[in-house]
Order: sequence, then C-alpha cells, then structure tokens
Amino acid sequence: MKKYVVKRLLQLIPILLVITFLSFGMMRLAGSDAVMQKMENTGMVVSEEVMDKARAELGLDKPFLTQYFVWLGNLLKGDMGTSYISGKEVFPTFISKLPATLLLTVVSILLTIIISVPLGVLAAVKQNRFTDYLIRVCSFIGNSMPNFFVALLLMYFFAIRMKVFPVIATEVSIKSVALPSFTLAIAMSAKYLRQVRAAVLDELSKDYVIGAKARGVRFSVTLWKSVLRACLVTILTLLTLSIGSLLGGTAIVESIFLWDGVGKLAVDAINMRDYPMIQAYVMWMAIIYVCVNLITDLSYRVLDPRIRLGGEKA
Amino acid sequence: MKEILSYQSVEVCFNGKAVIHDNSFALHEGEILGIVGESGSGKSTLLKAAMGLIGNGGMVTKGDIWFEGKDIPDLPEGELRQIRGEKIGMIFQDAGASLCPIRTIGEQIYESMCAHRKISKAEAKEKALELFEKLNFKDGERIWDSYSFELSGGMNQRVGIVLAMLMQPQILLADEPTSALDVAVQRQVVQEMLQLREIFGTAIILVTHDIGVVSAMADTVLVLKDGHIVEYGEAAKILNNPEKEYTQKLLAAVPKLRRA
Repeated sequence: MKKYVVKRLLQLIPILLVITFLSFGMMRLAGSDAVMQKMENTGMVVSEEVMDKARAELGLDKPFLTQYFVWLGNLLKGDMGTSYISGKEVFPTFISKLPATLLLTVVSILLTIIISVPLGVLAAVKQNRFTDYLIRVCSFIGNSMPNFFVALLLMYFFAIRMKVFPVIATEVSIKSVALPSFTLAIAMSAKYLRQVRAAVLDELSKDYVIGAKARGVRFSVTLWKSVLRACLVTILTLLTLSIGSLLGGTAIVESIFLWDGVGKLAVDAINMRDYPMIQAYVMWMAIIYVCVNLITDLSYRVLDPRIRLGGEKA
Repeated sequence: MKEILSYQSVEVCFNGKAVIHDNSFALHEGEILGIVGESGSGKSTLLKAAMGLIGNGGMVTKGDIWFEGKDIPDLPEGELRQIRGEKIGMIFQDAGASLCPIRTIGEQIYESMCAHRKISKAEAKEKALELFEKLNFKDGERIWDSYSFELSGGMNQRVGIVLAMLMQPQILLADEPTSALDVAVQRQVVQEMLQLREIFGTAIILVTHDIGVVSAMADTVLVLKDGHIVEYGEAAKILNNPEKEYTQKLLAAVPKLRRA
C-alpha cells in the first residue's frame, strides 16, 4: 500500500516535466509575447529597439530550450519567478488566490452532494412515477441552462430583488460564496442526479436485492446498507472529476461574481502571455489531478472489497 | 398430514398474459414436493408467488395461495415481510448472487436475523455458527468474515441454505438449488436439504429440471408444462409409471451416458 502511494507520487515527476514543457512550448506558438501584449495594453507606440530591450530583460530573446531550462533550474531552487505583468513574485500571488478557489470548490461540491444524491436515489426508487418524472424534468432544465444564465438569474432574485446575498463578492466569506457555489452546484447536480439515478437503478436490478427481500429484510435497510454503498464508487468517481476541474478554477463563474480565484488568475495570465504565472497554474493543475486520482483509487479500495482483496492477492 | 401451503386454482399473469393456468396443489408438513418441467414452464414463477416475489409486471390474477389461514397474494407488503425468511425460506439457483458482494456474509446473516427479531451481533453469530456446525460446515468462523465472491459456487450454495434456514422456517422454497453445481457438490447439497427435514421437519418445494435430484429427494412430484399441471402425485408412481405422454417424454429425455 505504502509502496503504491510512493510509486504514484513519483510518477508526478515525469508528468510535471512533460506538462510544463508542453505548456511552455504551446505558449510560444501562440504568436505574440508578454512584451507585445503589455505594450498593446498601454496603448503606447514603441520602437523595436525598446521592445527588444524589454525582451532581453525578461530573457525572452534566448532560444526556447534555454528559456525552459533556466525556468526549470530556478524552479528546482524554489524560485517560480516573477510575473511579467505585475512584477510580483509568482508563488505568493498564486497562493493568495487559493483560499477563494478552495472555499468555492468545497461549498459547491457539498451542495452538489446534498442536492443530487437524495434526488437521484428518490427518482430511482420511484422509477416511472410522478416524483421520478418531476425530478427528471428539473434535471433537464438544470442541464439546459448555461452557467452564466443561472448566475444572472440567481443574482437577479437573491441579490437584487431579495437582497439576501451580495451581487459581487467583496470578500471571501460564506455569504459571498453562496451564489457562485449555487450556480456551479445547480449545473453539476442536474448532471449527477441522472447518473446517481442510473447507478441506483442498476444496483436495484441485481439479484441480491431480491435475495434480501426473500429473507424479510426491509427495503430501506437494503437501500442504505447495500445499494447505496455499492453506488458510492460511481458517485465518488463523478465527484472527484468535478473536484479536479473546480480546483482549477471556474473562469466564467469567477468572472461574473468577481470571485478572486485561480481561474480568473489563469485566464488573465494567458491573455497577457504571463509565462511564469501560466507555468505555475499548469503545475498546480497537474498536481491536483494526480493527487485527486490517487485519493480516489485509494478510497475504491476502502469502499469495494473486490478491489481491495483482488489487489492483495495479485 | 396437515396441509401447510395450499395453491387453489392459481393463475399468474405477466403484463396481461397468463403464464400459470389454474394450478391447484398442496404442501404437507415435512413433505418434499418436486416441481419439474422444461425451462419456461413457469416453475420458478409458481414458487415465487408463494412469497409475493413475482416482481415487475407479474401478479397472481386468480385463485388463492393459503398459508396459516392467510391468502398470500392479498397480503400487504408489511405482513409479507414477516413471512419471508421467518416462516418461508428461499434458496436461489445462484446463492452467491443473492448476497450483496460488498458486504461480508456475517453482516448479511446478522441483518437477516435483525429483520425478524431483536438480537445482538454476538448472538446472531453464535446461532449461525451452530447452524453451520449442524450442516457439517467446518470453518463457519471464516465464512462469517468472508465475502460471497471469495467462496466457491458450492460453498455459496450451502451458505444460501444456512441463510434460508436461519429462522427455521416451516417451509423452504428451493429454486434450482443444484443446477449450477458440479455433481459431487450437487450430492452434498441434496443431502443437506434432506438433513434439514430430519433435523427441523422442514417441508420443501423443490423446483428443478434435474429428474435425478427429484427422484433422490421428492415424496410427491408435480409435472408442469406451459403453466399447466400435467401430472401430480406420489413420486414413485410418477417417476416409475408415468401416465401422461409428456411425463414419459420428459423422463426419457434424461441423458443416460454409457461408455462406448
């Protein structure tokens, strides 16, 4: 088990190397660079000489491979560089945006679980009855509405009409996280409750449900102790995929609510060709996905004895 | 002997189409009744009807199934639940599949016993291990902590028998209990079921297409074809001197293997 975790974490090293190299390369293919973007934004007309000088200062005049290895060498020394745009250090800037993203992720995942699991189970148990149809219609509507539209609706009703929540998040607090996380949770719940419903229906059709019934076990007991436990693997897989992408930030929702997270930071960095910042973001994403997948794989072993015992025998 | 389960003119329909027609027969105390017939003749449906387990789209549309003065098809779910497991036990063709794969057998034994009476986990385990021992299981302790996927098909089937007999029901319904097993294990399971009758006086309805198992166990035999009873009576008489042509054909269809 320990060996397995260490092995998986060691795999992170080649993954990070490949990913940072690719993102480094692709940003160079994008055409313009940080210096050009900066000049364009300020609206000044400057001579090629000034631009070349600026490039030389940032090291952008050197060959691509040299740039990459300089960056990599600094990284190994613990220096992620400074932002080309703000001139501030990348690492503290990036870290300062994390609490907002983490809070948004945790709250919206919790909301998604609270909404989608009970409704999905209810729809499965009441299959093809009124409750099921109603839940499925709601899910269909939730699925069809784009994020920004849901965000605007929520803003209109809860922030402008009822004045319960702030329109714009001025601080990272539970009150200001409510609307952005609801926006995300509505779309995710609409999608997941269908998956939960399908997973529960699949389990309910298995022979052990009839077996338990024939032994006189209450349906509710079978549902809670066997069926839902068996569905946890499916639900967990879905949630971890979402956790991964949420931790990467949600650019649209973050922009609408002016939520100061890493998603907005990343989009700004890409627009301005702020290479060091982009590299930091890409590394963060890679680390998240590897870790989240690792945690998921480990929890499969806890949840499903077939995986746990099968793994031990092998 | 006293009648304990009585089918009277039972008709079962699936989505409006009758699959069991006007079946009447009875099970007596300590009797072993074998129901034989081809696949699709309605044997299992007949059995499940006695537990209210027919399932989606199917229901008893005519007749009564009397048990302890109650008509089973008319009983509400709550009352049926009290009968299932406690008074009528069931063994499935694939006992392994009738157990939840992600929970230990012990957990499910405990859960089944809890469904009928207040009992602590330790008491449940003691009772189950006692029953395991009575049925000549050597390592009950290990089975208690095992998952169904860790046991062989034969072992699972024997666990299925223990599960069905936990509450010592008067009646055991066995749906093709030996069909998925190899011959050596088949013999063992047959012997165990016979033992149940000796120890507990359990009456058994045995559904199978294996004439050999029926002749080894049954006191009475019922031959079913397309939901109709073809012949019903004493096992020795039907198996040795069948009156109806269909029964003769069915018995003749038993493969007799000989060395060339």
